[in-house]
Amino acid sequence: MSDLIVWIVLFPLFGAVFCSLAGAWSRRICYPVAVLSMLGSVWASVETLMQAILSPVHEVSYLLGGWSLDLFPRGVGIEFRADLLGALIALVVTGVGLIVSIYSKFPVQRETPGKETMYYGLFLLQISGLAGIALTGDAFNLYVLIEVAALTGYGLVALGSNRAAAATFNYVILGTIGASFYLLGVGYLYLKTGTLNMVGIREVIETNGLLESPAMQVSFVLILLGILIKMAFFPFHAWLPNAYCHAPTTTSCLLAPLVTKVMIYVMIRMTLSVFGVEFSFESTLWTEVLPWLVVVAIVCAAVMALAQREIKRMLSYLIVAEVGYMVGGVWIYNYYGLIGSIFHVISDACMTLCLFLGAGIILEKCKTTNFDGLRGLFARMPLTMIGFFIGGFSIIGLPPTCGFFSKWYLITGGMVSERWEYMITLMFSTMVMVVLFFRLIERMHLAVSEDGKNLGAGHGDLGLSKEQSRFDEAPLSMLIPLLLAASIVLLIGVYNQEVVDQIEVFLGAYNLPTGVSYK
Amino acid sequence: MFEDGSLFTHLLVDRLNYVIYVVLLMIGLWAMVAKNNLIKKLIGMSIFQTAIILFYVSIGVKEGATIPIYLSEHDPHGESGEVNNAQSSQPERPQVLEASLVAGYNNPLPHVLMLTAIVVGVATLGLALSICLRIYRAYGTVEEDELLLKLESEELRSSSGSRTRRWRPRSKRKAKVPKSFENTRSRKGDGDSLTSDGSQDAKARSRRPSKPKKSKDGEAS
Amino acid sequence: MKRASFILVLFIGLLLIWAVKDFPEWGDPQSPASSSPVSSHFIAKTGVDTEVPNMVTAVLADYRGFDTMLETVVVFIAGLAVLAILLGGPKRRTRDRDFIVEFEPDLIVTNTVRLIVPVIQIFALYVLAHGHVSPGGGFQGGVAMGASFILIALSWDLKTALSRFSIERCFTVAGLGILIYAGIGLASMFFGGEFLDYAHLAKILPISPEMARYHAMLGVEIGVGFTVTAIMFALYASLSTDGRMRDGL
Repeated sequence: MSDLIVWIVLFPLFGAVFCSLAGAWSRRICYPVAVLSMLGSVWASVETLMQAILSPVHEVSYLLGGWSLDLFPRGVGIEFRADLLGALIALVVTGVGLIVSIYSKFPVQRETPGKETMYYGLFLLQISGLAGIALTGDAFNLYVLIEVAALTGYGLVALGSNRAAAATFNYVILGTIGASFYLLGVGYLYLKTGTLNMVGIREVIETNGLLESPAMQVSFVLILLGILIKMAFFPFHAWLPNAYCHAPTTTSCLLAPLVTKVMIYVMIRMTLSVFGVEFSFESTLWTEVLPWLVVVAIVCAAVMALAQREIKRMLSYLIVAEVGYMVGGVWIYNYYGLIGSIFHVISDACMTLCLFLGAGIILEKCKTTNFDGLRGLFARMPLTMIGFFIGGFSIIGLPPTCGFFSKWYLITGGMVSERWEYMITLMFSTMVMVVLFFRLIERMHLAVSEDGKNLGAGHGDLGLSKEQSRFDEAPLSMLIPLLLAASIVLLIGVYNQEVVDQIEVFLGAYNLPTGVSYK
Repeated sequence: MFEDGSLFTHLLVDRLNYVIYVVLLMIGLWAMVAKNNLIKKLIGMSIFQTAIILFYVSIGVKEGATIPIYLSEHDPHGESGEVNNAQSSQPERPQVLEASLVAGYNNPLPHVLMLTAIVVGVATLGLALSICLRIYRAYGTVEEDELLLKLESEELRSSSGSRTRRWRPRSKRKAKVPKSFENTRSRKGDGDSLTSDGSQDAKARSRRPSKPKKSKDGEAS
Repeated sequence: MKRASFILVLFIGLLLIWAVKDFPEWGDPQSPASSSPVSSHFIAKTGVDTEVPNMVTAVLADYRGFDTMLETVVVFIAGLAVLAILLGGPKRRTRDRDFIVEFEPDLIVTNTVRLIVPVIQIFALYVLAHGHVSPGGGFQGGVAMGASFILIALSWDLKTALSRFSIERCFTVAGLGILIYAGIGLASMFFGGEFLDYAHLAKILPISPEMARYHAMLGVEIGVGFTVTAIMFALYASLSTDGRMRDGL
């Protein structure tokens, strides 16, 4: 069945339509429909990944509408192309979607009562859009899918509290600017090449030698700028912390791991597959400028994260810092940096998922994510805390978790390119993250309030009543997804070589500097 | 000034559309970034998107070409097709157009792309307007600096230990709508509540059957 | 802040003007976009491939049909999101309006609208169904159809319009529209083609593959028309009443 690749997008799409049709009749049906359609989507993306691995050219191509590709710059119809990178990202998107959809049962009921129908409709369409971004091979189709993902994102954030709606407005403005810049860049590409298919654009650029033309340069700038705005890279990050921090729990669990990472994927796709390695990295100033911007981004975001006294807000700034890692990994321009970047997209999605699921449970149980409300959580919810801190350790980069290996490749990349500033910044931000998470652990064990007042009676007494420190775990529908995510973080860490092998196969097609002779 | 090859001719005569789109885009972007009123920002967003549409449609133009709909002599079901059908019993298949005829039609692809972009623009605008309405309902203002002040004070009230440093607008302008006006308006509303409550049962009927419970805004934020 | 953003905007403008120098002349038939094989394929072969005279419709609904399906989904998303954002509200009663005007639907206006609305609706159907031959199609027809309901809401009141086309029904119709579109795509997949490869529908229809594309495009446009009609009206109803769905503008 080669049709499976399109089912990755279609399962959630039909699920969403079904939700909104059947939701009028019974709102209770939405949750199972969401979980079932996500299951189908995950199955389809696993199969697609297997097909991509097994096929001799390592990609699955699917022609929507059945229009053939025999024209020279291809692009009559729309093509879905899943090479190994696209298939991996699609699997990550649908996997996160499945886990969050299982998790969503109670938070959605509690936070958005009466809106379940619309919530699950938007939720599923969001995954549909993001998975489509990973699979499509058409530059304009990518824009439409970006807008599908963006509009559902605005809706999902804004249907929460009033504060969330206020935060969404900036998100809408910046998101529209980003997407419009992307659209404009694609227009320039079309003007110069006459096709919209990514492979077609690549072919025309190669045969016509368009690399020197100012329009292509500006097109590259516009597309990159648009994507950087959408991924909340440092100077454009203003929308992200507010939006994610005030969004309903399930929304932040879904958006935080996926949206920024999928945009990183778009950047890698554009630089490698559309503009090509020589153009993107060698004939422009970006390789000189961006790593320094990344340094500023990571340092600022890490410092901002240190200043926060609230878990969700702190995690939002961590995402901004992680975006800096991945952008840096691409723009230090070598083989290992790109491996690190792609691997970090995958592992960061898993560990951010872990952290946000954990934060959601804390919010659900304690009614606050402020640092002051965390005392004694280890006694109350040991399993939740284990899951949460596996995610945290992965962000820090402790060895058995996947975060260690991706950071390892990033740092190797920095060394190979002799980008010491990037390397040092990575080390610095690792230190900051150690501080962040160990401070959290400390908060849970200390009996000191935020303003320094001693609350307990000493000797492990947390100053909590028996009622407050009793074993009180989250409901299973929330706990199981968290533990699942945590075990995936560990599993990817243990089997990191398998993932890296696939990324290496993907990157093997591009002429990237490895920098070392023993390769 | 208009001699061949000068920059002026190059830009303003041969590529006027492309220059106009840049100007429109700058106006829109300026409004989106710098305006204080949320609705004005949205108007800027519309101008911005319109500029992009103008750019794309300009790509599709060909000198001396007509709209991308087959003239009746090329139409698969047009006059020539009918005549052919009458002459031969076998309906004739439409022919591939020759290159010289292809030059007579505009490029259809940019039009299609812009149809998509227009629809996306409308959808974004509708969504953004609804967010504006929600903001106005909750905070009573659509001015960005007032909104930021209100959000800040709300944050201070709701969270005890949160010490987040927030960006303050440099110009704390006086509210355009004075407080007193706000009050009179709400009082007037109370006075008129009889008339608006008259349609209470209509409301119950027209609302979705899922009448929402009170939202827990305070809790979530 | 304002000065900084002005400099930013100016910088982007100059960058774009710099790129304009490199563009082909406006209306140049030899420009890469106009002379590319892709564009020539659309112009030269639309008649052969689909028998549709309007190339824009053919490209929209067939060659790039997946884009259009997602576009319909975007419209649907906008409807869902606007309803969800405005539904339910602040704890206190919604802000009352500045003034309340007692009004009766005006006799002249309502009678004119009574005459106009059927014409608009017939015209909308014409635009929708005639989109293959003349400018038009699902979006345009759908918007005109939605506008007729908005006109009813404007000239009588929202209650009258909602009694003809309630919000629940709006979303049912909108979902149905997407189902029609995606369902036609699925049907072509079921009969052995790729998703949205309408030619394979010829296996169940007594027509040639080209005419199958022609008719499937009509079906697809009807689906689009359903969604757009419903969502346009739902957007108006939600936005004009702040989500309360009563006494609108």
